[in-house]
Amino acid sequence: MANMFAFAESRGGALRRVAFEAVSAARALADASGSGEVHALLAGAPGIASLAPELGKYGADVVIVVEHAGLANANSEALAATAAERIRSGGYRAAIFSASAQGRDLAPRVAAKLGQSMAADVTSFGLAGDALVVTHPAYAGKVIATLRLTGSPAIVTLRPGARAAVEAPRAARVESAQPAADPGASKVVVKEMIAGGGAKLDIGDAPVIVSGGRGLKSADNFKLVEDLAAAFGNAAVGATRAVTDDGWRPHSDQIGQTGRQVSPDLYVACGISGAIQHIAGMRNSRTIVAINKDKEAPIFKVADYGIVGDVIEVLPVLTAAVKEARAKG
Amino acid sequence: MKIAVCIKRVPDMETRFKIAASGTAVDAAGLKYDMSDFDGYAVETALQLNEKQGPGETVVISLGPDVVQEQLRKALSMGADRAVQLKADRVPADGLAIARALAAELQGGGYDLILFGRQAVDSANATVGPMTAELLGLPCATAVSTLEIANGRATARRDLEGAAEIVEFPLPAVVSVDEGMPRARYPSLKGIMAAKKKPLEVKPAQLGDEHITIEKLELPPERAAGRIVGEGAAAVPELVRLLHTEAKVL
Repeated sequence: MANMFAFAESRGGALRRVAFEAVSAARALADASGSGEVHALLAGAPGIASLAPELGKYGADVVIVVEHAGLANANSEALAATAAERIRSGGYRAAIFSASAQGRDLAPRVAAKLGQSMAADVTSFGLAGDALVVTHPAYAGKVIATLRLTGSPAIVTLRPGARAAVEAPRAARVESAQPAADPGASKVVVKEMIAGGGAKLDIGDAPVIVSGGRGLKSADNFKLVEDLAAAFGNAAVGATRAVTDDGWRPHSDQIGQTGRQVSPDLYVACGISGAIQHIAGMRNSRTIVAINKDKEAPIFKVADYGIVGDVIEVLPVLTAAVKEARAKG
Repeated sequence: MKIAVCIKRVPDMETRFKIAASGTAVDAAGLKYDMSDFDGYAVETALQLNEKQGPGETVVISLGPDVVQEQLRKALSMGADRAVQLKADRVPADGLAIARALAAELQGGGYDLILFGRQAVDSANATVGPMTAELLGLPCATAVSTLEIANGRATARRDLEGAAEIVEFPLPAVVSVDEGMPRARYPSLKGIMAAKKKPLEVKPAQLGDEHITIEKLELPPERAAGRIVGEGAAAVPELVRLLHTEAKVL
């Protein structure tokens, strides 16, 4: 048996979905190794302890709560020191972080502090003797690497959405701890948090993504993409690199090799030709729909359903049809 | 400012990759190489900072076999002042081993700023930058989409999923750059000529232990062939029917 560590990522006093994914992944490893425990680190402003039971729901046996006013925003230096200290003293076999923006910032620092190698952005994992064997998409998602990581603890970042969190409820014991470094002494200071627009779904969380490319012809026509997203009700809007380069949409909306990698239930590609750059970011979507006027466009090679036509004419009709279908239930 | 930029040689991602007979590498036949996209942004960022802020030095560093000199020369032809190759027979799969070699080179180099791309586009780990920062004990901001420097302090924006943060930190520091930062310039003919005379120093990479091995590489399963539902707006009802009854996503 071996105990596992998970970093429970929070933002603005709420747990993120990736926190449950990390805890659930640690649960799976602990169960596979026998009867190990999962210890989750939950750090934030005073009051964050109230979220501990939510982590128990996904399999945390112990929630290590670190409350400090200086942890209200992500404070990588203090968090890395605290996580490293706990992982060092806790004797864990593995430490799981999310490959989110925060997890990708944090885990390498923790690994370097501990002098341990780490596997990044993994989509599956399993213990095999003295090694942790993981898969990791590389070469713009065109190659899947199976890597063997030796050394304990094995430090891993888990690709968001690659492995859904599974409920494994238990009453988590809460343990209070202090930050291992003074959050007030961190050299990198968050001066401002820019919220992503209230109820707006992030492209990493949305079950449906409606994405637009140059075929939309202008920034104004993105209204058609937004309308379709609104008709689905649970959709976020994405874009190609060409579109974010032109300033039609912010860089944070870019899906692709140099942007975000997503795997929604439904991906609707509107006026997107399907360059490798873009395909690398969305090829793992469950169902792909493409609307493009060029029937030879490479996007049709990855799409499950295609409509050959001018996206500007097709989108309003599709939006109306989706609204009608959803109204009928 | 004295700025170091760490760059990686990567194959062109437009390639249809094949797996080599060893099963643990991509087939190198016919591959074209360049510096990783984000590393190009990092070189450009360094050049623009030094162009704007007066006299400085931009040093590019790459770890690997002699072929990485091609990418170092490209960075020199863009305008970097000198280059260092940390010679190794291959680039390890273990980011910590790479970070150790880079930290050994950077330590004591008097750099105000050390730049990385957010991640190499081939191995896609995004670990070497922040690991190097940690080994050097320097402040670090990863995946920044803006970077401003004034009076020995930096301000940067980091895009998080569905939000963003503005961070401030003192120099010297390590920064990795994301989309939003300037694209690499094309070397001018003059730049290419000048690069031939710029210093390129070769030193052995001090890699240390490795704890990651590549067990195998595979091509992902192809997506099953899809179908064209129809042409134009007339195809919408059939598409909606399929999304409802077949894909069950509506």
